[in-house]
Amino acid sequence: MDWSVLGENAGALAQGLLITLEVSALALLLALVLGVIVATLRVAPSPVLRRIGTAYVEFLRNIPLLVQLFFLFFALPSIGIRLDAFVCGVLALGVYTSAFVAEAIRSGIAAVPTGQLEAGLSSGMGYATAMRLIVLPQAIAKTIPPLGNTTLNLIKNSSLVSTVSVLDILGTANLLGARSFQYVPMFVGAAICYLILTLPTAFAVNLLEKRYAR
Amino acid sequence: MPTPAAIEFSGVQKWFGTNHVLIDIDLTIATGEVLVVIGPSGSGKSTLIRCINGLEAVQQGTVVVGGKQLTAKGGELAAIRREVGMVFQAFHLYPHKTVLENITLAPITVKRVPREQAEREARALLERVDLPEKADAYPAQLSGGQQQRVAIARALAMQPKVLLFDEPTSALDPEMIAEVLDVMKALAHTGITMVVVTHEMGFAREVGDRVVFMDDGRIVAQAPPEQFFSAPGNPRAQLFLSKILAH
Repeated sequence: MDWSVLGENAGALAQGLLITLEVSALALLLALVLGVIVATLRVAPSPVLRRIGTAYVEFLRNIPLLVQLFFLFFALPSIGIRLDAFVCGVLALGVYTSAFVAEAIRSGIAAVPTGQLEAGLSSGMGYATAMRLIVLPQAIAKTIPPLGNTTLNLIKNSSLVSTVSVLDILGTANLLGARSFQYVPMFVGAAICYLILTLPTAFAVNLLEKRYAR
Repeated sequence: MPTPAAIEFSGVQKWFGTNHVLIDIDLTIATGEVLVVIGPSGSGKSTLIRCINGLEAVQQGTVVVGGKQLTAKGGELAAIRREVGMVFQAFHLYPHKTVLENITLAPITVKRVPREQAEREARALLERVDLPEKADAYPAQLSGGQQQRVAIARALAMQPKVLLFDEPTSALDPEMIAEVLDVMKALAHTGITMVVVTHEMGFAREVGDRVVFMDDGRIVAQAPPEQFFSAPGNPRAQLFLSKILAH
């Protein structure tokens, strides 16, 4: 085993880490935007909107991410839609994760007792004001732990983009491992790179959780 | 009736699914009256008072509060809710806000009262419910009785004409019931209209102007407290009283 290969390829791994960070950040942004929209559908007064939201969530979270990614990358070109591998990665990861974000937010809203909304309405506030000032601040606090988990999963799931030729952390490590036959050092290096991203995220989530724990 | 009606139910019917929970409710509550609603659980007491501020909608008949009809949507409902305060069994204080913020939130956001004035009034209300030192505490730091007194102060902050109490002492330990009842008794003498769902017969007897007894969604008996407790005039009310007064 030759650990020096790690030092020699530190630059390439760092480049891979940057790609993983980019894919994850863009996918998270997409997931949050879609997730908030779908969560509002899920708690909407209209049964039709609620059903659309439910269908979206159940469809996306019950099909493996890898299948969704392969569909975008390998199947779409056969109907004339060609997307860059990086774009496919961000789209698949973001859309898939948005189902989990929507569930986290919906369960956060559901975890606020209805009495809170009723207390606000009883004091003369409109529905929107009571939601904004009373229900949502409490819902967000309850949403932080599941959203934290979802974010960590997203970062780890981003390694799947290496299967469609994106040179993220895993893609880089795999490539360099194949080239040098030094798989152990390369994959240990990859693991360390993921920890560099995930451990601070986990730490930040814990801090946020403490700050909003009231 | 010498004074104008504060609240008027006419021919009200309500169902939860197939369950007929309010049946033929006709009830007029005078301005300044303290009305006590009693009855076994599931008899429709809570539903009745939740119809007064539109937390429950009636399916037939009308509820008129302060001259405004409640079946109307939107503005009328909000206008009624500004004039009707509510105190819940489980307090429902806002856990992410301090006691002072709990009390000032609605005056500031709904009535656009300047913050400084709202806080001054809130502190005066805290004096009134005997909790002046708790302004900066969070609800979780208070006992149940203290939380309920804050909830009463919060309801009073909107200067309502009507106050609804939905079993305000049922979630409290026995030693805390008295402190809440004392505040409510003091309120009863201020001329505000009060509708109180409760099992506290002492309260009903002492400050109630009238007792309404509900059973299976109907108002089956009503009378001034003295008369009601000595001779309820209804066999089911008689049975109910004998059960709860036996303890």
